[in-house]
Amino acid sequence: MTDFAIRTENLTRYFGAKRAVCALDLAVPKGTIFGFLGRNGSGKTTTIRMLLGLLEPTRGRATVLGEDSRRLSPATRARIGYLSEGHYLPPWMRVRQCGKFQAQCFRTWNEDLFQSVLKHFRIDPNARAKALSRGERAGVCIALTLAPGPELLILDDPALGLDPVVRRGLLESMLYVTRREGRTILFSSHMLSDVERVAEHVAIVDRGVLRAQCKLDTLAARIRRILLRFKSEPPALPEIPGLLNVQRFPNELSLSIANFCDATQKILDALPVESSTTMPTTLEEAFIDYAGERGEKSFFLERMGGAA
Amino acid sequence: MLEFRIVPGSVTPIYKQLVDQVRWAVFSGAHQPGTPLPSVRAVAEQLVINPNTVAKAYTELSRDGVIESRAGKGCFVAARRQIFSNAERSRRIQDAAATFVNEAACLGFSPDEIRAALERRLRQFSEESSR
Repeated sequence: MTDFAIRTENLTRYFGAKRAVCALDLAVPKGTIFGFLGRNGSGKTTTIRMLLGLLEPTRGRATVLGEDSRRLSPATRARIGYLSEGHYLPPWMRVRQCGKFQAQCFRTWNEDLFQSVLKHFRIDPNARAKALSRGERAGVCIALTLAPGPELLILDDPALGLDPVVRRGLLESMLYVTRREGRTILFSSHMLSDVERVAEHVAIVDRGVLRAQCKLDTLAARIRRILLRFKSEPPALPEIPGLLNVQRFPNELSLSIANFCDATQKILDALPVESSTTMPTTLEEAFIDYAGERGEKSFFLERMGGAA
Repeated sequence: MLEFRIVPGSVTPIYKQLVDQVRWAVFSGAHQPGTPLPSVRAVAEQLVINPNTVAKAYTELSRDGVIESRAGKGCFVAARRQIFSNAERSRRIQDAAATFVNEAACLGFSPDEIRAALERRLRQFSEESSR
């Protein structure tokens, strides 16, 4: 039985009549790096704020390090590191003051680690926050989050607005953290190449709804992209379970189908197809298929641990 | 020592890219049996990727008999031997051929051009192994 650092059940949040997060069932295994993906406004930040107890769920619940997120004890909070979106620092504070301030909140503060992360990002501890560049502010925020040695890191779009060098430093920090047994990271991102480098598990949300949750390698492998060629205009398509994306061309149809199986093949075989070609899928294409506008939305890519 | 290169955003998952590079280095003869492989940790740090990805590649390579791990000493290129049945070998080459042909056809190459590309690669392969 896998141990989970985070579990949510039916987690739902409305803002007035607007539904931000809908019946989310997330399961983040302990000791892994978990990529939380979705387009802007798809409910990622709302979910993260509920995980941290900063926002009440309208329905459902989240369990974080074994405790209900609405009633996290101070001791459990101290085991969670949170990097909020936008790399905010009080502009009038100096970097070392930020460190001192944060250190007072954590018994496990590691000043050496704080200093070495600052050094890694080449940040002057005496600089004022308002004089720092975006990348430098990100570096300070990462140092502040890592120095207490949290067991669970929750990073809300940590790569947003960062140049490639700083982003690489961020990834290195994430991998450094998980070198210690049992450390878990949940991070949201749009940088699919970063996700591919470090994440083992991924979840994709679209408009507050969970579309896929599985191992990273499974995600692209479970999507079959098929190009069908016809003699003339392609016919109307029958219902195909798991159809994610359809593109029509004069004599061709390009289909993306999730959870492809023999039954799916049978449906396709019944079409008057001249020839068909199966094409491999990149992570980016898989993401667009799941979160894009085209295709059917009535299915869910099952959790399938070791399936691929 | 093997030098790895990876390209994120490719249709080939990162672990598979690592597997392919080791296979190529071993079967072209560039790396003889007994050559040590860098540790999982070292590869992960050098490429900035998840160590589990490297471990997955190494697991697949040892399962296929390309490398072997010696307790406490790490992984080494294994002596070449046939570990698959003939049926399995023929299934695998058909899979590999299907992937190759599909990808080439996707890029719009004709059968003749695809054959020529395969020939070129085979020549390159025998040059490297005769070196």
